[in-house]
Amino acid sequence: MKVNKLDNKVLLKNATVVDPLKESQSIADILLVEGKIAEIGRIRDLDAITTIDCSGLTLTHGFCDLHVHFRDPGNGDKETLESGSMSALAGGFTRVCTMPNTQPTVDNPESINYIIEKSRPLPVHIHPIGSVTKGQHGAELSEMGLMHQAGAVAFSDDGLPVQNGLVMRKALEYSKMFGLPIINHAEDECLRAEGLMNEGRVSTRLGLVGNPSIAESIMVFRDLKLAELTGARLHIPHVSTADSVKYINEMKNAYDKITAEVTPHHLFYNDEYLEDYNTNLKVAPPIRDSLSREALIKGIKNGTIDCIATDHAPHTAHDKETTFDLATCGLIGLESCFGVVKKILADEEGLSLIDIIKLLTISPRKIMGFDNNLLEIGKEAELVIFDDEERWTFQEKNIESKSKNSPFINQELSGRVKYTISSGQIATTL
Amino acid sequence: MFDHKHFLGLENFPREDIQKIIDTAFEFKEVLNRPIKKVPSLQGVTIVNLFFENSTRTRISFELAQKRLSADTVNFSASTSSLKKGESFKDTAQNIEAMKIDAVVMRHPAPGSSKHLTEFIDAKVVNAGDGTHEHPTQAILDMMSIQEKFGKIKDLNIAIIGDINHSRVARSNMYGLISMGANVTVCGPANLIPENISDLGVKVNYDIDEVIEWADAVNILRIQRERMGIGLVPSNREYRRLFGVTSERINRRKKELAIMHPGPMNRGVEIDSEVADSDQAIILDQVLNGVASRMSILYLLLGVKDESANEG
Repeated sequence: MKVNKLDNKVLLKNATVVDPLKESQSIADILLVEGKIAEIGRIRDLDAITTIDCSGLTLTHGFCDLHVHFRDPGNGDKETLESGSMSALAGGFTRVCTMPNTQPTVDNPESINYIIEKSRPLPVHIHPIGSVTKGQHGAELSEMGLMHQAGAVAFSDDGLPVQNGLVMRKALEYSKMFGLPIINHAEDECLRAEGLMNEGRVSTRLGLVGNPSIAESIMVFRDLKLAELTGARLHIPHVSTADSVKYINEMKNAYDKITAEVTPHHLFYNDEYLEDYNTNLKVAPPIRDSLSREALIKGIKNGTIDCIATDHAPHTAHDKETTFDLATCGLIGLESCFGVVKKILADEEGLSLIDIIKLLTISPRKIMGFDNNLLEIGKEAELVIFDDEERWTFQEKNIESKSKNSPFINQELSGRVKYTISSGQIATTL
Repeated sequence: MFDHKHFLGLENFPREDIQKIIDTAFEFKEVLNRPIKKVPSLQGVTIVNLFFENSTRTRISFELAQKRLSADTVNFSASTSSLKKGESFKDTAQNIEAMKIDAVVMRHPAPGSSKHLTEFIDAKVVNAGDGTHEHPTQAILDMMSIQEKFGKIKDLNIAIIGDINHSRVARSNMYGLISMGANVTVCGPANLIPENISDLGVKVNYDIDEVIEWADAVNILRIQRERMGIGLVPSNREYRRLFGVTSERINRRKKELAIMHPGPMNRGVEIDSEVADSDQAIILDQVLNGVASRMSILYLLLGVKDESANEG
């Protein structure tokens, strides 16, 4: 991937421009001047400007991922804000929200400032999420108000569930003052116990301790009821079970401040893929069985699930190159996201391209309160240009993250990002 | 023709190859009954016994099998406490392989570890127990003992009794026995039998009396003390009352019954002393068959290939 500063004037010629907000699609040219959209329409070729031929390519809002782990501060061997933003650009993402389970935890306004300041020169817009509880210990509330003032966009102890129902209730009540969502990693730790993969036929065969799906759904149910009780906003991350989808669907009919995401890997895989003890598929929540996977897809189709989020979780080779029980949980997902989602949801499940674009653009931006009116004159260009037809084999060389823990290596994907334009820079994938 | 590089487990292992291992094991058993119990089959072959988990009988059984085959053997034992990180497992394996060895026999507490080992090294790998996953050489010796007793395996009723959930012996036995055409029932506390176990083709019955009445052979698993600790089994006496193979239960039965146990036994808990020492017990035959079975497996993996291997 190459990343260059945009020339003063750049003409994006002959693109299929899809605006997920206005639900429109047309062939058009877009003129960028100093990184901003100057003109949209049929623009005559001008000699003095850089032209990018976008014939046959789709141009739309840059993707937004509200759930990434950039490991900064503290674990620069896995990822940094810099390497994470390269990873995002490679996947067509121009805006991401970083989870606070760093070292130290992002549980105070100074840490929020650190991320915002360090991200300012980077080509991707990075929004920090603050922790719900101090040190993610699940006991005392973090300085949510000060973090909100410093620029936090949500609160989460992601990676660790808020086990204590009273703490969760108080956090939801408190967060109401700021209008920001709480994102709780829903998992009952007692029911999960030492579970390493989804509990079911495959875990029995492999002799791996099972993590039952009810460990998630019972906690999702608790959180939904607490959100309804308190009137707060709740966003449910990486939904993985059929019952979770069912409970979310039921609660959404009664209460409107619930949103939910699903990851590309939970859409792509089922637990049969763990047969070879592939540690790159060890993730929390675990890859579930095929019935759960079908329920997630159905949840997307009927609107129960609002958006796609990658849960991009970088780990070093030695974190993963070990026995399954000792391997760390998580996998990277930014670079492969679009190719996976397009393959599963469009090619196999028949969703339209614009519906898939919405899951990656206006839906996550709406949850996080980001600007969604991007294809407007005068707006900073925050765009992705992709070939939705290209079938390609995802390889390690396509990864810009510092870590390579992707189960998608050597998988055939459908749809490939060509250019990502953000903050006056243009990334060209190779 | 025996076309396997490794011996990792019996799931999806071809039935005819299981039979070949058993048949070859009977040939080696004859050797074990001779005054000079040694053959030169694996002369010049170096095998490392890599044991990351405590084991007495399995390690000795493998070592004897190797010595009987004239292989050179090295033993490596590492306590699990020194294995805080899995890297040392990879490093240990690669270091040992760098010294030019032909095969590794490994026991390790992590399910799938023998599969991982094949990714780290080029030598042949024999799984001597990977956590709660498989213990295929144990299942081979169990099946050999059943065949020795009954002259066949097909259509026999075999019960596996005990903690099925945490047992690699149970898993390998289920795969092997089903493949060989036996009827398998598992019996034990409901919280130690996975709900979906019947998907593997076995029946579940919590009533030990019915199971003993039905079975031609019972393979009794050791009930681990640590399971008592986390409250899965309330007490030894309750376990014995509900699932123990007691002399009363055996005496009530009219037909003969083969009593098996992979050892070590908790006499008075899962098996009564009278039962373990009775004529119906084939527990010590299992031990000798273990040496023969392991000779057979090592020979088939590492011995001179037959002529068909040279074709093309």
